[in-house]
Amino acid sequence: MSEPIKELTTKERMAIPRHEMPRQEAMERRKNFFEVALGYSAEQAREEAERCLQCKKPTCIEGCPVEVRIPEFILALRSGDMPGAVQALKSKNNLPAICGRVCPQETQCEINCVLAKKGKPVAIGRLERYVADWELGQGVIPPELPPPTGKKVAVVGAGPAGLTCAADLARMGHQVTIFEALHAPGGVLMYGIPEFRLPKKIVLAEVNYVKSLGVELRLNAVIGKLFTLDELLDELLNEQGYDAVFLGTGAGLPMFMNIPGENYNGVYSANEFLTRVNLMKGYLFPEWDTPVKVGKKVAVVGAGNVAMDAARCALRLGTIRALEEGSELPEVHIVYRRSRAEMPARAEEVENAQEEGVIFDLLTNPVEIYGKDGWVSGMRCIRMELGEPDASGRRQPVPIPGSEFDMDVDTVIMALGTRPNPMVFTASGGLERTKHGTVVADEITGRTTKARVWAGGDIVTGAATVISAMGAGKRAAADIDRFLRGE
Amino acid sequence: MYEILEKEIFSDVTKLIVVSAPDVARKAQAGQFIVIRVVDEGERIPLTIADFDRAQGTLTMVFQEVGKSTMHLGTLRPGDALASLTGPLGRPTEIEHYGTVICVGGGVGIAPVYPIARELRAAGNHVISIIGARTKDLLFWEDKMGTVSDELIVCTDDGSYKRKALVTEPLKELLEQRDNVARVWAIGPAIMMKFCSLTTKPFGVPTIVSLNSIMVDATGMCGACRVEVGGKTKFVCVDGPEFDGHQVDWDLLLARQRIYLPEEKLAKEKFLAEHQTCAR
Ligand SMILES: Cc1cc2nc3c(=O)[nH]c(=O)nc-3n(C[C@H](O)[C@H](O)[C@H](O)COP(=O)(O)OP(=O)(O)OC[C@H]3O[C@@H](n4cnc5c(N)ncnc54)[C@H](O)[C@@H]3O)c2cc1C
Ligand code: FES
Repeated sequence: MSEPIKELTTKERMAIPRHEMPRQEAMERRKNFFEVALGYSAEQAREEAERCLQCKKPTCIEGCPVEVRIPEFILALRSGDMPGAVQALKSKNNLPAICGRVCPQETQCEINCVLAKKGKPVAIGRLERYVADWELGQGVIPPELPPPTGKKVAVVGAGPAGLTCAADLARMGHQVTIFEALHAPGGVLMYGIPEFRLPKKIVLAEVNYVKSLGVELRLNAVIGKLFTLDELLDELLNEQGYDAVFLGTGAGLPMFMNIPGENYNGVYSANEFLTRVNLMKGYLFPEWDTPVKVGKKVAVVGAGNVAMDAARCALRLGTIRALEEGSELPEVHIVYRRSRAEMPARAEEVENAQEEGVIFDLLTNPVEIYGKDGWVSGMRCIRMELGEPDASGRRQPVPIPGSEFDMDVDTVIMALGTRPNPMVFTASGGLERTKHGTVVADEITGRTTKARVWAGGDIVTGAATVISAMGAGKRAAADIDRFLRGE
Repeated sequence: MYEILEKEIFSDVTKLIVVSAPDVARKAQAGQFIVIRVVDEGERIPLTIADFDRAQGTLTMVFQEVGKSTMHLGTLRPGDALASLTGPLGRPTEIEHYGTVICVGGGVGIAPVYPIARELRAAGNHVISIIGARTKDLLFWEDKMGTVSDELIVCTDDGSYKRKALVTEPLKELLEQRDNVARVWAIGPAIMMKFCSLTTKPFGVPTIVSLNSIMVDATGMCGACRVEVGGKTKFVCVDGPEFDGHQVDWDLLLARQRIYLPEEKLAKEKFLAEHQTCAR
């Protein structure tokens, strides 16, 4: 690839079309769990980077919860200075290969891009992914660490909030141990988001980066059971306790609708379904031991990222089986009580799901699940219409009387949102929580109502985004550092 | 980590392992369980803690080889290590001074009943234990149960050892003979727990069972383990594993235990085919 001969004019930059993300073809990708988005080539990345106008006051940064220096990394990228691009990116974001893949850029940085007003914003997320993948390809060089401060911090939960907080604290010279309940780190990145959207080797590479900073990772350690929060703070097996604790245990508790028939075989929480598929690699059964069962007609209830992921996993599992058996292709429905405009999922994933053949039943709400011999045999739904906006600003769906109808389904996956898992609070008082079960923490510092305990991510906000969890982890790390230095 | 220190073979299918897990042993209590993976590709399987030694930092588990994962576990020897071990999970047994209590252990369920009986006795209860198995070979820990029980009744379904009876028979007799039984614990296969609960119900004696539903994470995150107790949905891994047997919807539990039967069969056959050379 050659250096640009001369600087382009603004007009020329604006004339370059936004580069589409190369993707596996829809019918093809239905048959596998490989990554859908293939990533830009060097050429495409360079050209897309040329579209950036390098605004004097970059509004894109304001949209980013961790304030990535966007114009700076894009400038380095297009000048051919890849290490410089990595440096600019990583000074704010410890996990860019993940964010480049799963952030809702369309509502954060890209919506704020000046080009968004005139048509198509710079594809910031795709460029971020390009730079991060380039670095992973090179072998990541850990930054130099300051001398140890002698302070010890326990981080509970190895999701994006915990990993980010741990990495930042380690880079400040503190000794950090992460306690993770599952047998693998990554949180939702590992158990929730599927391989085809976020390859697990990317997650593990980012985790290895955090470990390379000297962070100790203790897997299979359920706080509240193995150790209580108070034990972490006070003393642990005759050792001195930790000086501070950060809680990043997420919002892992599944919700059900509480309608009749929800315990029939064939009804899953999205958490169970996705954990079987992703963490336990159910799509590789019987090479891997954990099975996952999906029928020929699947209804996924909900329309967030979780619902899209569940639907697309079900579609893949069903398609692979149908091709093996030579039977009919599966039918996968998204059943959602509001309309398309209110769907909380990332726009790109809704598009991907639709392309792959997921059927959207909007303004539809389940009222009962039918069973036969213990297994799901159908689902009764009612049609909805949109009424007045509710507290969240979205128009409230209301049932249309007499509009009930039956859907012929054999599998139902409930993707209705999640709440914090209360296990971590066992036998440890002093932590104020809201009626939704989330922890009360200062928005800027992450401080909770319990001394020496900080919290951030989904445990505070309820189910949100990877980047907002990372932002909270970062802010808490900064405040923990201030506290440990006695400021 | 999680090294197997000892192994005992009770029968072709029933085995005991002692595993090193000091942190877990330090916290373990009667009635709790752990989740293990045998290998990295393995399932997460729950096993009830049959004994623990805080000083030695060990946990003892007894398991029956029913499917691929437990068969694989059965091939491990002292010196081998588990891929992972998580715990202690679930709520501990509510140990109190109740008076006279009956502890029923069926088959591999004898193992988890042991620490419960021991703790109940230590709390001053008069402990009557009933242990039973299909046949003599499947019976174990008669001696150990004897040391923690004031009275011990042993039976086999086929009469190959001691009394020929299902555990529900001596249970019923005891309840008829004595009106001071305050509580019953019944642990074993779901069907045995169901019939123990049906047996005690007319006598109005509270009956605690330890449910063995299918689990994935075992930390309350997925709901795979859900059951209905008293008409309400409960997660066995965090709300249990012990519940009031009179309130449990047994048919639902039994149905949900069968979800993956075809897959379990497939995995088992594949495992056996691959391990034929090991002459099992
Ligand atoms: C299927 C799915 C798809 C998603 N897609 C997107 C997306 O495309 N883009 C996006 O931005 N966001 C997405 N999200 C949301 C995003 O993943 C979460 O907001 C984010 O992961 C929250 O990070 P966290 O660190 O707070 O918690 P988590 O990622 O939930 O991590 C918490 C960790 O803590 C551990 N833990 C819990 N309790 C304990 C305990 N007692 N002791 C020890 N460890 C404990 C858990 O096992 C887990 O590993 C998605 C979520 C799901 C479920
Ligand atoms: S096993 Fe997942 S919630 Fe109980």
